[in-house]
Amino acid sequence: MATIDLSLIWAVIIAFSVIMYVLMDGFDLGVGILFPFAPDEESRDVMMNSVAPIWDGNETWLVLGGAGLLGAFPLVYSILLPALYIGVFLMLAGLIFRGIAFEFRFKARRSRRWWNVAFAGGSAVASFAQGAVVGTYIQGFETADRVFTGGALDWLTPFSVLTGLGMMAGYALLGAAWIAMKTEGHIQQWARGLVRPLLLAVLAVFVVVSLWTPFIDPNVWARWFGHLEVIWILPVLALGCALLVWRGAARGGEKLPFLATMGMFVFTYLGLLVSRWPYVIPPDYTLWDAASAPGSQLFLLVGMLFVIPIILGYTGWAYWVFRGKVRPGEGYH
Amino acid sequence: MELDPILLSRLQFAFVVSFHAIFPVFTIGLASYLALLYGLFVKTGNPAWERLAEFWTKVFAVVFGMGVVSGIVMSFQFGTNWSNFAQATSNFLGPMLSYEVITAFFLEAGFLGVLLFGRHRVSPKVHLFAAIMVAIGTLISAFWILATNSWMQTPAGVEYRDGVFHVTSWLEAIFNPSFPYRLAHMVIASFLTGGFVVAGVSAWYLLRGHDVEANRKALSMSLWLLLIAAPVQAVVGDMHGLNTLEHQPTKVAAMEANWERESGVPLLLFALPDKSTQSNDFEIGIPHLASLILTHEWNGEVPGLREAPADEQPPVWITFFSFRVMVGLGLLMIVFAVAGLLLRRGGRLYTSRPFLQGLRLMSVAPFIAVLAGWFVTETGRAPWLVYGMMTQAEAVTPSLTGGMALFTLIGYVAVYAVVFYAGVYYLTRVIRQGMTEEGEVEDVERAMRPLSASHVPYDDDFRDGYTTRS
Repeated sequence: MATIDLSLIWAVIIAFSVIMYVLMDGFDLGVGILFPFAPDEESRDVMMNSVAPIWDGNETWLVLGGAGLLGAFPLVYSILLPALYIGVFLMLAGLIFRGIAFEFRFKARRSRRWWNVAFAGGSAVASFAQGAVVGTYIQGFETADRVFTGGALDWLTPFSVLTGLGMMAGYALLGAAWIAMKTEGHIQQWARGLVRPLLLAVLAVFVVVSLWTPFIDPNVWARWFGHLEVIWILPVLALGCALLVWRGAARGGEKLPFLATMGMFVFTYLGLLVSRWPYVIPPDYTLWDAASAPGSQLFLLVGMLFVIPIILGYTGWAYWVFRGKVRPGEGYH
Repeated sequence: MELDPILLSRLQFAFVVSFHAIFPVFTIGLASYLALLYGLFVKTGNPAWERLAEFWTKVFAVVFGMGVVSGIVMSFQFGTNWSNFAQATSNFLGPMLSYEVITAFFLEAGFLGVLLFGRHRVSPKVHLFAAIMVAIGTLISAFWILATNSWMQTPAGVEYRDGVFHVTSWLEAIFNPSFPYRLAHMVIASFLTGGFVVAGVSAWYLLRGHDVEANRKALSMSLWLLLIAAPVQAVVGDMHGLNTLEHQPTKVAAMEANWERESGVPLLLFALPDKSTQSNDFEIGIPHLASLILTHEWNGEVPGLREAPADEQPPVWITFFSFRVMVGLGLLMIVFAVAGLLLRRGGRLYTSRPFLQGLRLMSVAPFIAVLAGWFVTETGRAPWLVYGMMTQAEAVTPSLTGGMALFTLIGYVAVYAVVFYAGVYYLTRVIRQGMTEEGEVEDVERAMRPLSASHVPYDDDFRDGYTTRS
């Protein structure tokens, strides 16, 4: 076993699950955030239709990542969740409300507006909570003896509120780009018009967070202004993607803004990982400190390596089946 | 009054897990029933089987969806409220729970879609195959969860070093001493739940004269199932009890509210256990019966609660009464199953109104019995979380305050109240609509969603001027 670093393999798997979750649930949460601003009720049907067949598959990555975290890096699991106690509750409550709204809104008549509220409110709260998690993570955790020792609202700081709002803007941008890609006519026009303002909002947060982050911790400063100049490629690529989104929105490109927004997320995410690597509970514990027993990591790895290709294949298949434009009044039969 | 984060976390976990458990306990039984119905349809070609299968698939879709939504919270609670427990047991619990997720995903991704939406896209045999795979999948899910819970009751195959459990033998840890009994007891409970719900709904349809042919078949077959499963459950429960007596004597003492280790102990039908005096008030008992049931000997020795120090005794009151509720309902189930056989021989099975009305009411009995049974086994383990090795006080999240725990407890109760109300309301509509095709509104349907498989509107007022289209 000494030749294979199981913890490293697991770090890659968990990191991959997290970004898959962010990218995939991100756009359907974004659709929820934009829901109240849709031009009319018919547009809302189309918006919801465009994500209904795939959203719960998207959330698989959250559950898989959470369970995998307990199995592979229990220290992360048992510090992160207590530290984010209230935030986790808000996120779960948000996800549950939007989950049942998906189920019941299509079947509702009189109570439809309540399901609209549940869908939009749940999506917004869950997105904010996830963004706040990112901010808390960058700031680090107060721990002693492998246990979280901070308070209930430590996670709620000006910085985490900013990242929370930034995540809402980012998901909304993904959502707008998704709607622009998947719809036609006035809904598409409306969504396309949102891309540029949302992009500016995201970039504003991006700039503030980027300037703020190096000052949070000397290690982060050393990482960015040390010898590893090559990592500056990441923010450059993220901004390059932003430029593509901007231009794509102007030229009426359909797939480009969506894919380029995803690129922005990926490169920003990699930049955050680089800032803190190899600390998984900054500022004290590395991924090797946080690992479970090698036998447990190996036992679970067998199942994961079996199921991840299947999930990817299934996900690809589902997106293929439901490819193309979603039109008003058209369901998937 | 100081808010106790341990008590509030226990209440929260008990609430969330109880709320969640009622859905899978039903779907596990129902999934096997669906496989059987589709199998009978493939074999005989009788359309009545198909009508039944399609109707119960709709119900399955709703309940499965509710189970998924309510289950998300569970996987996070170990970390939020019991982080020391999560960290200490993760070497075993992490892989177990992850394998459950993998199983559940596999089931949902691969076969649930075909079962719910593939009726007219694949051949009946392929569809039957999907139904069987879903049924097997639910059982494998139960396997992982019950292995985990049983390990917390009778830990094995691990070594406790520096505050962390290390697995020394996966086989011993998974197949720990109480696991086979608990798994069998729970799976049969699921079949009883499925059986009594199907019997109750069929009885109600027969009372209303709705699709008599199909519902007679459904009632008949569910009663045959119950006639076997209800008595078998009593036997398995007895074996489970013997196993508990061997490994968790204090729990058995709490179940019987027996304070002193004695022989020839009476079975208490009623008592008010009092922890402060370490004795019972108002005892009504049948001499020697507890000894006979627990040890299978007239003068058998039954352990007493006082063998454990007062602070290591379970909350006797809950364990004692929950056990009586479970056993009482179990006996009532046997009575109904036998009454069904007698009425069948007299040819009055489908027409006896008191019996059919009784079955209607009995459809909630297994849910109450299952929850009562879980209360027995979980409260009976207290104050231990991992029996004999880790207490609840050691397991709770150190940074958790009473205020935080109270906040989320109220929050989850509020969230689940909405989910439960919406779900049960909708399920009632599905059942009220019955098995006829009429009334199926052209619905804007989405494939791949469990609930989309039930074509019933949520409510029926067009006040928004909104109409659905196909």
